[in-house]
Amino acid sequence: MIKKTDVVIIGGGVNGCSLAYNLAKRGIDVTLFEKKYLSSGATGACGAGIRQQWSTRENALLAIESVKIFEKLSRELGEDIEFRQGGYLIMVHDEEEMKQAEKNVSMQRSLGLKVDILEPDEINDIVPILDVKGINAVGATFCPSDGHANPFKTTFAYANAARKLGAKLYTHTTVNKIRVKDGTVVGVSTDKGFIKTSVVVNAAGVWSRDIARLTGVKLPNVPFRKEIMATERFKLLFEAMVISFKDGIYFSQQREGQIVGGIPIPGEKSGYKTMPTFAFLQHMAKTLTRYAPVLKHVNMLRHWTGFYDVTPDARPILGETPGIKGFIQCNGFSGHGFMISPMVTKILTEYIVDGRTSDILEKLSLNRFKGKKIDREMSVVG
Amino acid sequence: MVKKKIIVCRCEDLTLEDVEKAIDEGYIDLEELRKKLRIGMGPCQGRVCLPIVMKILERKTGKKIPKESLPKARPPIIPVPLGTLASEEK
Repeated sequence: MIKKTDVVIIGGGVNGCSLAYNLAKRGIDVTLFEKKYLSSGATGACGAGIRQQWSTRENALLAIESVKIFEKLSRELGEDIEFRQGGYLIMVHDEEEMKQAEKNVSMQRSLGLKVDILEPDEINDIVPILDVKGINAVGATFCPSDGHANPFKTTFAYANAARKLGAKLYTHTTVNKIRVKDGTVVGVSTDKGFIKTSVVVNAAGVWSRDIARLTGVKLPNVPFRKEIMATERFKLLFEAMVISFKDGIYFSQQREGQIVGGIPIPGEKSGYKTMPTFAFLQHMAKTLTRYAPVLKHVNMLRHWTGFYDVTPDARPILGETPGIKGFIQCNGFSGHGFMISPMVTKILTEYIVDGRTSDILEKLSLNRFKGKKIDREMSVVG
Repeated sequence: MVKKKIIVCRCEDLTLEDVEKAIDEGYIDLEELRKKLRIGMGPCQGRVCLPIVMKILERKTGKKIPKESLPKARPPIIPVPLGTLASEEK
């Protein structure tokens, strides 16, 4: 292994690989360590959705700017990441939800996003198989430029492009120490040796809190196990991702024809256990066939688990750690790390290379949890 | 031997040529190869293709892959209709 590098990234998920690419593109000597294989954590298990309809301004901005990058990403990286814009249809079930939806839409529109509030009789124009009455929908919001991309292909495309620019990506390599001297990062120990560096980025997903603990920093992140399922493939019936904050469900039909979707597990507990449960399957099947009764004839093929790295306000922790110069956080994505990764890694690159900070970095720094009122993201599913 | 005509993964219609090409591109980790090609994600859940892919990978890289590192099959063992899973009947 090499002895010295400008920046060490810990974690080979989509954010780690994207950051490696963006830094390498700026001429930075970057080295990434992944304890398993690329996309082995939350990235490789995620629902692949890309949504701009958020309740907090920071998440909406990160997502809107990310979509602009996703639109050109296949060409930029030279590999097809299967980006598709079929929209996100968010079901609204009662008056209280409608009030929140109107508030969200007006904030999203102020950022330039095209998003509409639909009447119940307009919902089937977007997704014909939905039982609008059966799920008591009083309306919906729809953003046609929301969509989907292949998380594996996106991660691999970033990794391949980063390698071409000289980045070194070590898989099956575990970081066991971060050396800090006089409040400044000086190096990282791995099971393959020591490397000198002045910048370490913690992009380790649900394992980020363990990485932070190596420096004595306590992150408020909590790992939550999530489950997700895929059906057999069949003729394309709809293009939008359907979600409901009230029922917690999300599902979409992928380009190849399978339905992929998830819902919170009944009696969910925090932890690292990965075994799928029958309780999830039954709850998901019941809710999904209530939303779209015709799907009762479709075969469920497989289900698997992934993680949400959840923070107290369901928003990521980004930027330099107070008290440790050179220790950068890039975690706490709370279930939406894939969809905002292009913009997150762009602003972190600007911070690391140019020292440029931004309003978003200030708002999403680890500092925000110190006794202040938190601005919680309301629009969470799964 | 016509590598384009030898099917390795019936669910995804992948040939020996497809698998060898991905390995040549650097996907030499069984899990990364699986995610790149979607091998083992179809109805057979890898029961047909993965042992074959493992052999091809071992032959190409000259490294033995321990059996334990084969990707896990996900429940259920066979495809089940959503209507059956949603049913209250035991």
